Amino acid sequence: MDNKKDVKGFLEFVYEFYKSMKAHEITLVYEGEITHQITKAFTSLTESNMAKEDESGNVQRKVFHVMVECLQNISKHADDFTSSDFLFSGRGIFLVSKGENEYSVTTGNAVENDKIEELTNMLETINKMDKDELKGLYKKQMKEGRLSEKGGAGLGFIDIKRKTGKELEYHFLPISNDTSFFLLTSTISREDN
Amino acid sequence: METIKIQGTEDTPKVTLDKETELMEISGRSLPEDVASFYDPVLSWLEEYAQDPNPKTIFNFKLVYFNTASSKLLLDILMKLEEIHENGNDVLIRWHFPEDDEDMEEAGEEYADIVDVPFEQVPYSG
Repeated sequence: MDNKKDVKGFLEFVYEFYKSMKAHEITLVYEGEITHQITKAFTSLTESNMAKEDESGNVQRKVFHVMVECLQNISKHADDFTSSDFLFSGRGIFLVSKGENEYSVTTGNAVENDKIEELTNMLETINKMDKDELKGLYKKQMKEGRLSEKGGAGLGFIDIKRKTGKELEYHFLPISNDTSFFLLTSTISREDN
Repeated sequence: METIKIQGTEDTPKVTLDKETELMEISGRSLPEDVASFYDPVLSWLEEYAQDPNPKTIFNFKLVYFNTASSKLLLDILMKLEEIHENGNDVLIRWHFPEDDEDMEEAGEEYADIVDVPFEQVPYSG
């Protein structure tokens, strides 16, 4: 920013950004590398906010579960890529929003296009399953699945659907011929049931 | 044999494995950065213990949270205990859960379904 006009434009953008966050009830947003330290910091921050707001123990536990699994999905999968492109080095966007009736946890990270089919199939399968089918799949995967080199157990999506009881909403947006941006959002009802 | 005592942290559980006092417990939160290396000493300890176990083994799980990667390692521990039981030894798993935490209670039920070993669900308040 080499002159006053640019600074003013930037600050106006920040205000628009702030208003936009407020309008979408976003309480936490982060872009960058998702490490274990980040995971710990965000979960403990959200946890203390929820405790302050007297959110029920049940809702707090579910939000905590979903946040951990979403953050670990990015930290464990986003650097599977060999590309040196900054998009692929364990980075992503992470945001939490809090509405009147629900919390939502959204992640976005770059994926190679040849992963889209596998991800879509996995998410569609999980979304269609009822409680008992999910339970069966979780047990099967726990018994038969192997821990990946990064420590992923392939259980994250199943766990999110089981804990929230809601479908995982997702979307792929093209970045280039080979890559897309993968967005995933999970909602947790604030009704204590 | 050697006693294992690991202090709990915000992301790793407290672990006590003591053959002499017969105290075996994993409690707290489990979302270690590297789940395999965290549980490796626990599994090795059980491996050695299985060679010459106490006449009765009571293993306590008192977790308030564990992530999906940990759930797999917890199953590995339970399978080790199942093996000790299969070899003709007395083994009891005590699965403690906060009384208002249905998910933790259900997790215990699922493990009890998977492994063939006496399993007791223990609700606690607080």
